[in-house]
Amino acid sequence: MYVAVKGGERAISAAHAWLDETRRGDPAVPELTVAQIEQQMGLAVDRVMAEGSCHDRFLAALAIKQAKGDLIEAAFLLRAYRTTLQRFGASEPLETSRMRLRRRISATYKDLPGGQVLGPTFDYTHRLLDFALAAEAGDAVAVPQAETPVAEVPRVTELLAREGLMQREAEQDEEPGDLTRQPLAFPAARPLRLQNLARGDEGFLLALGYSTQRGYGGNHPFVGEIRVGHVAVEFTPPELGFPIELGEIGITECQMVNQFKGSRTEPPQFTRGYGLVFGHGERRAMAMSLVDRALRAGELGEDITAPAQDEEFVLYHSDNIEATGFVEHLKLPHYVDFQSELENLRTIRRSAEQAMQEAAE
Amino acid sequence: MNGLTPGFADAGLTPGFADPVLDGQATFRAVLEAMSRPGRVQRAGSALRPPAPLNQAAAAVLLTLADADTGFAHDAGVAAEAWLRFHCGMPLVPGAQAAFVLATGTPPALASLAQGSEEEPQAGATLVLQVNALTEGTGWRLIGPGIETEHRLHVDGAPAGFVAAWAVNRASFPLGVDVVLCVGDRLAALPRTTMIAEG
Amino acid sequence: MSTTLEGYNFAYLDEATKRMIRRALLKAVAIPGHQIPFGAREMPLPYGWGTGGIQVTAAILGPTDTLKVIDQGADDTTNAISIRRFFTRVAGVATTEHTAEATVVQTRHRIPERLLREDQIIVYQVPQPEPLSRLEPRRTETKRLHALADYGLMHVRLYEDIARFGHIAKAYDYPVMVNGRYLMSPSPIPAFDNPKMHRMAALQLFGAGREKRIYAIPPYTDVRSLDFEDHPFRPIRAPHACALCASTDTYLDEVITDDAGGRLFVCSDTDHCAERQATAQEAAE
Repeated sequence: MYVAVKGGERAISAAHAWLDETRRGDPAVPELTVAQIEQQMGLAVDRVMAEGSCHDRFLAALAIKQAKGDLIEAAFLLRAYRTTLQRFGASEPLETSRMRLRRRISATYKDLPGGQVLGPTFDYTHRLLDFALAAEAGDAVAVPQAETPVAEVPRVTELLAREGLMQREAEQDEEPGDLTRQPLAFPAARPLRLQNLARGDEGFLLALGYSTQRGYGGNHPFVGEIRVGHVAVEFTPPELGFPIELGEIGITECQMVNQFKGSRTEPPQFTRGYGLVFGHGERRAMAMSLVDRALRAGELGEDITAPAQDEEFVLYHSDNIEATGFVEHLKLPHYVDFQSELENLRTIRRSAEQAMQEAAE
Repeated sequence: MNGLTPGFADAGLTPGFADPVLDGQATFRAVLEAMSRPGRVQRAGSALRPPAPLNQAAAAVLLTLADADTGFAHDAGVAAEAWLRFHCGMPLVPGAQAAFVLATGTPPALASLAQGSEEEPQAGATLVLQVNALTEGTGWRLIGPGIETEHRLHVDGAPAGFVAAWAVNRASFPLGVDVVLCVGDRLAALPRTTMIAEG
Repeated sequence: MSTTLEGYNFAYLDEATKRMIRRALLKAVAIPGHQIPFGAREMPLPYGWGTGGIQVTAAILGPTDTLKVIDQGADDTTNAISIRRFFTRVAGVATTEHTAEATVVQTRHRIPERLLREDQIIVYQVPQPEPLSRLEPRRTETKRLHALADYGLMHVRLYEDIARFGHIAKAYDYPVMVNGRYLMSPSPIPAFDNPKMHRMAALQLFGAGREKRIYAIPPYTDVRSLDFEDHPFRPIRAPHACALCASTDTYLDEVITDDAGGRLFVCSDTDHCAERQATAQEAAE
């Protein structure tokens, strides 16, 4: 008799034990430490922090270890932890023009104030498997040090805006909504859309961003600027009344410059797509900027024809914690519903057969 | 906290729930039961000693449901306001915008409170209305969802013209106001679906 | 502070979240069948596993409650066990497999066969709260249709079934009208269970976590399965007797016994079936 689902108490315990065993793998191989993951799988940590919507490198690394390297599972662990934390306030807006930069590039200008800083990037590496890494010659590599850029580095989009060529963003006095506390409602204001995208699934954002480049809602983008580095988080305690610095977090910011042919109320000018994510996540920040710009179609009076411009489609399907849950829930038993469908189909077939018989007679 | 530091004892305030988690849960279940079975009387807040004119049930309802996310309007005076805002931290807003409205005297007209919209009728206000006595088995005849045949409830101290105003409220369903009637540590509820006929 | 799992509040959710859910629940009861958006939180169980039902249960549960959790009608399915364990762990509440002993029943896909009483609450796990979602995927549109009580789309869909199949071909998640006003998804329960919702003595609460909506049916409220005068609603069940308790009026699971077409039918409600078997045994002794 079919017993795969019923009588599950022992099955669950055994399955969990087996999971623990497979996580550890061969005990002859040394166990990974959380610190090793945090240090040597840094980009995985960054992705989990972004999609887990929680900036904590240690917890993200722990989640990766617990999830056996399944990054969506790890992001889910982090989200489920995050949601139990007390929310004691909102920080001041990050001032990214005062970032401590590791990398800063612009595709729109050969050189510009603050310079091009290549930083630690895969961009110009040759994708050849490096068998030297397999030898685990763990020596630290000496990196030539240049003077790090200091003080404020102006934003490319600001240079354009001063010339009147870049649309300025509307000042928002309103406290932005918080989609971790309030469900999405439509139309969604841009701060909410950006919150949603910032923690959206990287693959989903990438595919949507890509689709805009292939003609589904595109606006001829240029990378105005990508900056990667650390930025101070400031908080104003109500009892003090002035902001204090809580510390620094690692972020990636992308400002995409897009064409706009103008409307009845707006002259032709460049418009901005914006991406900001935790950690070092250029692919994610760029895709986010493309999708952000595509989602502005409505407010800019452009025709909404492509999936990336459809906010309900994009925002309801970007969250991989929601998506993975619902897709994977199909493996839960559905036999009650399936039984209904079985009986239903049998009934329909019986009446169809009857009708055919009657027609034949 | 809420600009009222130091603590409530120094401010001359009586305590809120002894166990905010479990007392809040018990009160919520009383209100849920009251809202689900209109006209049936429940108990809540027996251990509370709120400042006059606030009664125990009304105090318990607000401690359980109101917070910084719910606009609040009331006629209960400074002592009750200080007590409620210390324990709940709810912002004061005009009556027409309040999620919770507390009436210890003559309440504002139902039609003057938030009604919600066709798409979001849940934005209709909850009126916490203090009355003089609640007696089951006599008085108004209540019918509607939550009621098998009819519930009877006598409300001593219901505002003048309440039944007529309620009929208008009922007729605008799904928009409208929901009411929690409170006296001492007893409460009963009238969700907007309930029809009232004078007994 | 009442706590059973170190570092977490009673019933897992923090108090501000519970208040938000409780406010939504009260409005849901006041507007039967209307979907109320709420700030659903991530839960330590995945979306699709019942996070909406779990949040509703967590917001109502108290130390004196006795909780029953079923999935597909059974207490011993893995997901039901997992959710029951979760509440034992975070709320320390008593649990039971007997419908009669429960004060709160959380369910996925079934309503117990035993009539629920006034002192019980049933909490449904809901994957897709919008009954019109397959006809109109946009929430902005369906909100408007509910506001206008414009359910023509659904009537057309059902009528097309009749034209094509001779009867309505919806076997589960069969839409209902609540209190004559709101079209509502009963969650993916078999249509067989729909009539149990009508004027049920117990309060019925529905939670959809991923879609972030809550709705409710107060006790003794009219719940009508959509149909047409000439094609009345017909609940469907397999036309057999339970192989274990011989019941002919309960919902049955079909169990394949071999690969030569062998099959038998057993009650999906395991508690009800066990009770009937025990009663039969007593009568025989």
